[in-house]
Amino acid sequence: MNEGPLGRLGLDDLPLTVFFGHPGLSEAIADGAGLLVIVAALGALLLLSIYRLWRPLWCEWLTSVDHRKIGIMYIAIGLLMLVRGVIEGVLMRINQAAAQGGGFLSPDHFAQLFSTHGTIMIFFVAMPFIVGFINCIVPLQIGARDMAFPVMNQISLAMTAAGASLIMISLVIGQFGTGGWTAYPPYTELAFSPGEGVDYWIWAVVISGLGSLMSGINFSVTIYKLRAPGMTFMRMPMFTWTALCTSILIVFAMPPVTVSSLMLAADRYLDFHFFTNDLGGNMMNYANLFWMFGHPEVYILILPAYGVFSEISATFAAKTLYGYRSLVIATMSIAVLSFTVWLHHFFTMGQGASVNAAFGVATMLIAIPTGVKVYDWMATLWRGRIRMRVPMIYLFGFFMLFTIGGMTGVLLANPTIDFQVHNSLFLVAHFHNVLIPGVLFGMLAGVHYWFPKVFGFRLDARWGARTAWLWIAGFSFAFLPLYALGLMGMPRRASMWDDPAFVPWLIVSGAGALVILLALVALCWTFVTSIRHREALAVPVGDPWDGRTLEWATPSPPPEWNFAIIPSVSARDPFYTEKAAGAFVAATFFGFAMVWHIGWLAAVSALGLVAGVIVLGSRETRHTVIPASDVARAENEWLRELNGAQGVTRDEEITAANRGLAAPDTLPGESRA
Amino acid sequence: MKGLLDPLGPVAASQQQHLLVVVVLTLVAVLPVLVGVPLIYWRYRRRNAAAYRPDWGFSPLVELMMWGVPLAIVVVLSWLLWQDTHRYAPEKPLGPTPLEIEVVGLNWKWLFLYPGERIASLGDLVIPAGQPVTLKLTSDTVMQSFMVPSLAGQLYAMPGMVTRLNLVASAPGTAVGRNMQYNGSGFSGQQFRVRILSEADYRRWSERAANSPVRLDKSTYNKLAASGSLAEATAIFSGEAGHRRPFPVPVEDANLFGKIVGRYHTGTPIAPEQQPGASAYTPVDDRL
Repeated sequence: MNEGPLGRLGLDDLPLTVFFGHPGLSEAIADGAGLLVIVAALGALLLLSIYRLWRPLWCEWLTSVDHRKIGIMYIAIGLLMLVRGVIEGVLMRINQAAAQGGGFLSPDHFAQLFSTHGTIMIFFVAMPFIVGFINCIVPLQIGARDMAFPVMNQISLAMTAAGASLIMISLVIGQFGTGGWTAYPPYTELAFSPGEGVDYWIWAVVISGLGSLMSGINFSVTIYKLRAPGMTFMRMPMFTWTALCTSILIVFAMPPVTVSSLMLAADRYLDFHFFTNDLGGNMMNYANLFWMFGHPEVYILILPAYGVFSEISATFAAKTLYGYRSLVIATMSIAVLSFTVWLHHFFTMGQGASVNAAFGVATMLIAIPTGVKVYDWMATLWRGRIRMRVPMIYLFGFFMLFTIGGMTGVLLANPTIDFQVHNSLFLVAHFHNVLIPGVLFGMLAGVHYWFPKVFGFRLDARWGARTAWLWIAGFSFAFLPLYALGLMGMPRRASMWDDPAFVPWLIVSGAGALVILLALVALCWTFVTSIRHREALAVPVGDPWDGRTLEWATPSPPPEWNFAIIPSVSARDPFYTEKAAGAFVAATFFGFAMVWHIGWLAAVSALGLVAGVIVLGSRETRHTVIPASDVARAENEWLRELNGAQGVTRDEEITAANRGLAAPDTLPGESRA
Repeated sequence: MKGLLDPLGPVAASQQQHLLVVVVLTLVAVLPVLVGVPLIYWRYRRRNAAAYRPDWGFSPLVELMMWGVPLAIVVVLSWLLWQDTHRYAPEKPLGPTPLEIEVVGLNWKWLFLYPGERIASLGDLVIPAGQPVTLKLTSDTVMQSFMVPSLAGQLYAMPGMVTRLNLVASAPGTAVGRNMQYNGSGFSGQQFRVRILSEADYRRWSERAANSPVRLDKSTYNKLAASGSLAEATAIFSGEAGHRRPFPVPVEDANLFGKIVGRYHTGTPIAPEQQPGASAYTPVDDRL
């Protein structure tokens, strides 16, 4: 590293191309985005100062080891990054709709957009969402006070936040990579991508990947060890089951991507030749390692969504979940099978017919347990009493759309068909078709379902429903046309094209993207209007939906100790946790320094990070005892509220009368049992 | 390019056929959901006061159907998958003496070498109708994906390695092929023409090389390998007259393809200045 004290960082890496020549629409968009990040960050700092929120932010949130607060912060990161990811996606769809013979975005800018969009949506939207949900809900569902390793939980959050920060910083300082979210070498090797872009990708993925790995360990230990007495495996709620399977998948699937990314880093920084063209390097090894992570990853994301659908289908049909045992077996089968199919991501690499066929068959096998799960939810609704609440709208969208995505997945499992549609918009349509109606709809359904549990008030049902329908419509218009385009041979990642037959499909798709943008705005408005009317929406007693699992037996929001009746107290240590918050700073600086080759800063922050972990790990555990009287007082207050509350029927579920106490449910005219 | 929807040879036709069969068979499992879900949502809406069995959570018969039907479909599909994957495996020649064509992926164009005729063509794949063809694919830059949808689908072309894609065209016609794997700013335009000629026309086409004033040698290849569009690369061969279609041209070195593949196996590092496709690449006459 023979650069100056700031490495290779220079003035022209700032979003100021307007002043440095070659201004155009594409550059203006990039600069505008960078400046927007700066303005938003300054605005946030200003608001925090005006409302004197620094102290509460630091004391009650950033240094908290409460699983619920950590979960909320994860989901907040996910929502924030979702905004950027959606805007990028819309920009790409609009550009493609207008790109006959050349769009308004330069090819390089377009490539950065699809690279950040994919990286953000997988690593910094979907992952924080599911990790956040597991954090918020699982301890409540299994009757635990907190995660098994609360401090490690916080370090995981710090790592994820550091990775997300690097991606946001790349918008302001320098460029992001153009190698897509998979960063396939040799394109991402130094010879072909000499800038800082790929390095941003590497360190964002490595740092947040370590965080996810720790989350996986934490969740699985929690579920194995901290279940309340009597909570046997076959009594665990389905969401907890899916969380367990996901955690196991994380533990086994994150290391390959961390390793492959670090190997790529070794190629780029230390002149290794793992994946280079020359000296025995081979990019096929990268593809293998990456998808050994990449395929289980999609199940890491979808399984918790399946868990959400299991919970809401039973609750909102007021029925017991159909086929619990089948669902458990199916979930586990999917988890195991997900490790046997990664090669289908590169049927086109020339490994021969028998290898391809074997992996194709393995891929199709996953369709069996997945089909079983869908049928199980249908059976759950059958002969139920279905209330069309917001989560049920998302479930409806999931049923109707995800099934199509599953069908195209079976198509893609056939090597002969994959040869035709691999790398085309058909593939893009397929994975959006499983990720949006599957993961995103599941997560948004979960937000509506558990929001009152976590925050103590319901989300506005009317705006929630509008948002859900907008998502369903937006998805359908934006992505279903891409199937047709893919069959016509249109490649993914193309910033321009010249076949007039593409025009109508791309215009519909672009219009659909705008509807998705509306859905995003409606989602934000749902939160705003609900916070404004939180008094009317409050459900302090804690059971607004006539829920069926343990988390609904607590107040909303639940106290830090979750359950007063378990006669022990929670371990917590604020001193440690301030160190853990420092991990975020150290990890972010480390990533940034590595990207820009600022040697001294990388060394200092790495030392800080390592020293911090050693100090954290070598201290004796200290418990802070919450006095029993505090717990008793809060518990009594809740009981008083509970006794004073009026139980509501399901007809009054989305009215202000619902304070979170469910009355035995009857239909009008039916006598109460 | 309406590739898969408009097949010009038996491989793509079989892929299209397979696609339709899989769609139909999968619909057996999918249609009950697409039809059943709206019916269930409507019939069992809370206000309808239809039958209500809140504790019903298991039925052996339903379980059998749920697991059995998808399993049966997957067994049939797997059988078809196994057969089809082997019948038209890309590496399997489609006749006893296929015409061999060597394909080199570059930034952002495709070079076709005809070792039998010792001629080369750029961005214009010409094949005789009815004659099985073996395409030997490599790349002299990053990984690319070679695709002719109306004939055979795609296969990766990777530096230092050779993959084989076999195809045959049924009748004379034209098609479009392209690179499907993102490889930089010129990716979107990296298409090529495919012309399927009769036996006689093909021979006439290949003989045109004899009159060409320029040829493909080390010097022109190294220039050609620099990143740029097909038009820019074609200009290298257009000569003074500015021919728009200067191909085919004669090839100086019969083993050019072998050298392109072999350059990555010499045990010596390739500096970015020597690596085609790298931003630092500078063409030097006598490399390779």
